[in-house]
Amino acid sequence: MDFDLTDEQRLLKDSIDRFVDDAYGDFEKRRRYQAEPAGYDPRLWAGLAELGMLALPFAEEEGGFGGGPVETMIAMEAIGRGLAVEPFLSTVVLGGGFLRFGADASMRAALVPRIADGSLTLAFAQLEPASRYALHDVSTTARRDGDGFVLDGRKVAVLHGDSAGKLVVSARTAGARRDRDGITVFLVDADAPGLTRRGMPTQDGLRAADVTLDAVRVGPEAVLGKVDQGLPLIEKVVDIGIAALCAEAVGAMEDLQRNTVDYLKTRQQFGVAIGSFQALQHRAADMLVAVEQARSMAMYAAMMAEEADPALRRPAVSAAKVQINQSGRKVGQEAVQLQGGIAMTLEYKAGHSFKRLAMIEKSFGDTDHHLRIVSEADSLIEAE
Amino acid sequence: MDLRFTPEEIAFRDELRRFFRTEIPAEIRRKVSEGRHLSKDEIVTSHRILNAHGLATPNWPVAWGGKDWSPVQRYIFTEELQRAAVPLPLQFNVYMVGPVIAAFGSEEQKRRFLPATANLDIWWCQGFSEPGAGSDLASLKTRAEKRDGKYVVSGQKAWTTLGQHADWIFCLVRTDREAKKQRGISFLLIDMKSPGITVRPVLTIDGGHEVNEVFFDEVEVPAENLVGEENKGWDYAKFLLANERTGIARIGMSKQRIARAKRLAREVQAGGGSLWDDVDLRRRVAAIEVELKALEITQMRVVAAQRHRDADKPDPASSILKIKGSELQQATTELLLDIAGPYAQPAQEDGRNAAAEHGMDAIAPLYFNARKVSIYGGSNEIQRNIIAKAFLGL
Ligand SMILES: Cc1cc2nc3c(=O)[nH]c(=O)nc-3n(C[C@H](O)[C@H](O)[C@H](O)COP(=O)(O)OP(=O)(O)OC[C@H]3O[C@@H](n4cnc5c(N)ncnc54)[C@H](O)[C@@H]3O)c2cc1C
Repeated sequence: MDFDLTDEQRLLKDSIDRFVDDAYGDFEKRRRYQAEPAGYDPRLWAGLAELGMLALPFAEEEGGFGGGPVETMIAMEAIGRGLAVEPFLSTVVLGGGFLRFGADASMRAALVPRIADGSLTLAFAQLEPASRYALHDVSTTARRDGDGFVLDGRKVAVLHGDSAGKLVVSARTAGARRDRDGITVFLVDADAPGLTRRGMPTQDGLRAADVTLDAVRVGPEAVLGKVDQGLPLIEKVVDIGIAALCAEAVGAMEDLQRNTVDYLKTRQQFGVAIGSFQALQHRAADMLVAVEQARSMAMYAAMMAEEADPALRRPAVSAAKVQINQSGRKVGQEAVQLQGGIAMTLEYKAGHSFKRLAMIEKSFGDTDHHLRIVSEADSLIEAE
Repeated sequence: MDLRFTPEEIAFRDELRRFFRTEIPAEIRRKVSEGRHLSKDEIVTSHRILNAHGLATPNWPVAWGGKDWSPVQRYIFTEELQRAAVPLPLQFNVYMVGPVIAAFGSEEQKRRFLPATANLDIWWCQGFSEPGAGSDLASLKTRAEKRDGKYVVSGQKAWTTLGQHADWIFCLVRTDREAKKQRGISFLLIDMKSPGITVRPVLTIDGGHEVNEVFFDEVEVPAENLVGEENKGWDYAKFLLANERTGIARIGMSKQRIARAKRLAREVQAGGGSLWDDVDLRRRVAAIEVELKALEITQMRVVAAQRHRDADKPDPASSILKIKGSELQQATTELLLDIAGPYAQPAQEDGRNAAAEHGMDAIAPLYFNARKVSIYGGSNEIQRNIIAKAFLGL
């Protein structure tokens, strides 16, 4: 049992921390990046490619960096601290996850280098108007057509879906709407005929798109994983994504915790620093407890994210998400309360971190959803 | 970064599991599991079995019967002990006075007290708190005056846990009334049979006799019973309190209670089936399990970090463990209370009533009693003060 980073991981952390600090240390810059057409600055994306970040989880022999969930955690924590807006999660973690576990060698050989050099971005089109958090609730259909498929349906709130070069789409090839079997995962060109996207900003300053698939034709090579057996692949990649989100949330919480304490030390009212008031000290102490509990579970999620047995992996990752959601809500709300009016303004970073945490809570399952998974698995502590 | 135990650590854990479950009498473990008070004999029996196998004082220096264990092994030991519902070896002996004597006592004191303390031939109690000195411990007033080569002690100690069984008491006493609060305190070992000592039982809200008041009326204490230097007692007390706080999270105990709650919920009938069919209840259990898992990892992070720290210095993270650990201990007793439901009401211990059949008659007292864990060991408010000052610099 050890929680230390290796020398290589420490180097990685130094370089990504420095990168995010340079890019986002001055919070004003974030507004400029968001104003770009894609919602992020292509030059920063190229910078991440140069650092090797976009190759992070891919195998070394395929041109990757060979990093595991801990490396992803390190990168995502930095992203969370800086509230970075690049499509790292959707392209490298989620899209990359589908390629690593669903693509054959030739597809990986063709696409991994393009992700690594920054020329290809991906997005995961999963959510549907009626699905909520159920990954198996898929109405979008993929009808067999010759040796290929024809896709019809609607996907909503696809993170970075408006700028992605390719979309990972879950669709039903067999069975009824909520069957676990009969789901297939496809990699679809974003400019495929019949595919339309309507881009939008998200509440936390990222970009998303609603995607309509109207008789979109794909070849057999578009299938990721096995036909009709896509759900385990989706669950696996989503768990990896949740672990990454947990780390991002910890980064955002750590930053909020720090700027709240700084504020308590410097803000003067009644002739003293407000941090001298015990009512506020205790709330700041409770924030710290919440952050540390979240950090522990983000580490747990990272260590379980690529566990092969889903019966062990899923409840563990869900448990982590429950803790992250709860800590994130508390830390976000308290950071705003303890900093008073200034944190209510868009001019100040704390409010933006609060918003990002609130949206992470709503990504890939809220507290109730994951608590249900934990309680149904009933595997953390056995009955006497 | 790796959360898993090594194969050696797993073997170590499995051996402890086997040992606890085969060597400690099942009846004693059942009482612990149901949250009942133990008799003096039961505590002594269990403690001596541990000591006979060198397991009562693993935290002591090796020369005095301690184990050369890694922080991880220590952690596993405490967890497994609690998980198996083995009574903790007497805390006052093992985590409090023993280490203080080993670190600051004279050679004579070590020889005289340590082996007997390890084997619970001497039962110690802790005389720190007073009616006027709770969280502000340094304001204590019990005084010891040097007369004819002896200390003469007068005053009152409060909350003395299991003082009714004790042979000796270790006390903080004021030896210099002129000095600044913390500077005039000494650490004194006092024989409970000394003339002038009276013990008055105080029943706690669960009805148990756990704490006492101890009165000192001109009690003569030989000068050689002073530990370390006169007026340095506060330093020894801080060392002791830091030891008290390690392992304070009681994660193994909370796990054991959740395991029991799950069993009871399956046994208790409700709504034509069992209580465990109630999805809301199961989700509540899951929510506590999640927080406990987080705390377990937080605890492991603290344990792992000990490798990089001065082993004698407590980690300030122990305040986080104390707050969250006590909150979760209390949450598990609330859970048990809610599962017992109407069966929580009959008050007859071990009696013949419906509640007793499932061992549920002791649940309400357990819930009442567990309110103490956020009060003692440095109250949770004091822990938040520590975090705010020592961690956050407020
Ligand atoms: C069951 C039990 C067993 C015990 N066993 C022993 C024992 O064996 N030996 C022994 O020496 N002592 C023992 N104690 C005493 C224990 O250490 C004290 O109860 C504890 O230090 C708190 O002191 P107090 O009870 O006087 O509460 P107080 O200090 O009066 O506190 C009352 C309330 O005020 C809060 N408070 C106090 N100061 C502050 C502050 N600065 N900021 C914010 N809030 C504050 C506290 O958190 C608490 O909520 C035991 C106590 C209990 C309940």
